[in-house]
Amino acid sequence: MDSFLTLIQVLDSTVRLATPLLLACLAGLYSERAGIFDIGLEGKMLMAAFFSAAVAAVTGSVWLGLLAGIAASLVLSALHGLASITFRGNQLISGVAINFLAAGLTVLIAQDWFQQGGRTPSLFAGGRFEPITFPFAETLSGVPIIGPIYSELLSGHSILVYVAFLMVPATWWVLFRTRFGLRLRAVGENPAAVDTAGVSVVGLRYAAVAICGVLCGIAGAYLATGLQAGFVKDMTAGRGFIALAALIFAKWRPWHAMWACLLFGLLQAVALRFQNIDLGGIVIPVQAMDALPYILTVVILAGFVGKAIPPKAGGEPYIKER
Amino acid sequence: MDKMPKWADVILIPLISLILAAILSTLVILAIGENPVEAVNLMVTGALGSTYGWGYTLYYATNFMFTGLAVAVAFHARLFNIGGEGQAMLGGLGVAMVCLYVPWPHWSIALLAAMAAAMLFGAAWAAIPAYLQAKRGSHIVITTIMFNFIAAALLNYMLVIVMRPAGSQDPATARFPEAVHLPTLHEMLAPIGINFSKAAPANISLIVALLACVVVWALIWRTRLGYEIRAYGHSETGAVYAGISPVRITIVAMLISGALAGLMAINNVMGEAERLVLNSTEGAGFIGIAVALMGRSHPFGVFLAAILFGFLYQGGAELALWTSIPRELIVVIQALVILFTGALDNMVRMPLEKLFLALRKEAN
Repeated sequence: MDSFLTLIQVLDSTVRLATPLLLACLAGLYSERAGIFDIGLEGKMLMAAFFSAAVAAVTGSVWLGLLAGIAASLVLSALHGLASITFRGNQLISGVAINFLAAGLTVLIAQDWFQQGGRTPSLFAGGRFEPITFPFAETLSGVPIIGPIYSELLSGHSILVYVAFLMVPATWWVLFRTRFGLRLRAVGENPAAVDTAGVSVVGLRYAAVAICGVLCGIAGAYLATGLQAGFVKDMTAGRGFIALAALIFAKWRPWHAMWACLLFGLLQAVALRFQNIDLGGIVIPVQAMDALPYILTVVILAGFVGKAIPPKAGGEPYIKER
Repeated sequence: MDKMPKWADVILIPLISLILAAILSTLVILAIGENPVEAVNLMVTGALGSTYGWGYTLYYATNFMFTGLAVAVAFHARLFNIGGEGQAMLGGLGVAMVCLYVPWPHWSIALLAAMAAAMLFGAAWAAIPAYLQAKRGSHIVITTIMFNFIAAALLNYMLVIVMRPAGSQDPATARFPEAVHLPTLHEMLAPIGINFSKAAPANISLIVALLACVVVWALIWRTRLGYEIRAYGHSETGAVYAGISPVRITIVAMLISGALAGLMAINNVMGEAERLVLNSTEGAGFIGIAVALMGRSHPFGVFLAAILFGFLYQGGAELALWTSIPRELIVVIQALVILFTGALDNMVRMPLEKLFLALRKEAN
């Protein structure tokens, strides 16, 4: 039973750790499906994490914090849109700039507002998203196998976790079952055709970038007000890039994105819990677990295990013919 | 016909971008309730007001010259090497191995060997992304980002588990032997009667960096390979038509780029720390992007931009020391420079082009 409980606990923290990855990954999915590369996921999450924690700390309302986080992330999205859609600049360079902007500004503003060395005050009840307990979770926890799965693994997460996982079917539905989704995907493959059909390429791309901003905002808010209690410097710690890796791993598809994020979340959870893993003489160092998501992504990108083909017009600014 | 004169493209646009970045930085300083004039004064005296300040400014500038050149060479082949950070980390590993495991009689031979090792390790770390881009079409930006993280994990493993001396808690290698100590500017300038600060870390690597600027200039504009790299960067189809192999150019340009990034390690690892520590690169690989963008991928521009960023780094450290402005202000300035000189280039360029066209019409 002990090893089963350990397994449940590891899976439970997998779900928690996969949540910000999943939100950021879906954010990137919208953007890249519309042909806008976004390596600024990390920066947007970081900015959202800070503003959500800061506003939650000042007002005591986690919901206002969430809104502030989304707004902050949207500002950076608008900047990315301005640079890569309106001024047809290099989307990758814009993403790099956004990451640095967030890394610098968050600490600068945090120091100015709170004077705590670039962090926000710790958040207490009301300033954080509290876990939601499913009905009968307590009573059912005694039932073998199903009990712990229900009460530990499924129940007891904050609302943003459920939002993240509900976003997966929602994203699938929007992208593959609505007119907007069809156009969004088309604009990432062949913007000229969309333009010929009389649909605004610029409008669609801005819409995609905005959705990306909202989702990154939720991801950042979850980091600072759900997973942890407050903002600390560089708290995203490369999660935006792992999300990017998951996106490639999933070949830009929503359901696969969920599995990829769960896999990468599991790697993080295992690394957190066990540090170095001893497999009968052979020790797998924790650093190998840290590097694994990136190595897997390179292998996938290399096309040795099924080729990852990005949206065709990705990274290309659209220039209307005259 | 060009839309505007060459001087406008080379000097005016970077200058306007820089001014825009400076204005926004000033607003940021004002917003956090500090005095921008005082801040600039403090930065100038701190970074340029003494040989100690200069020593640090030039030390940082040396790092940024190497990484800036690395990004610039890749830019010429229209490749975005975002992996300078990882390549510089691996360069550090190469330098540490050479300095620790071989008994060198004199620093000069050790320096040559360390340069070779740094370049080899840096190039090797760029080789896999380069190969994947050239042969399998994997996007080089993504693979080099991934390789940065893999490099960080590898360095962490090497320093915590393999190379850490027994009994030490610090994730770092042992100190390099005295024989591989590189002459600092203090030691180099003392014989000719200049009293340069003893505490500043600037060292002979600065000369190597300046030489690297010249070599890269010659390579890009004075050799057949450089011509091929530029031709490929301008138009892939045109280059293929001229018999230039995209695979070869991609791989060669990335190897040179990785080697230059790796070469940075002779400055920060061998010259300054004299041992390999965790996070020895301190983000210099990423600053190379800003430096290359601002320097318009020209070695002389890279040189100037590297000095500017060296000044910003040392000035920023002084600011953090004497005021309540954290070091991260420099990260913000760096982001603004990348934004304006890179991503928002057209925002500056388009109105200027219109202006020049209008002026020309009037003249006719």
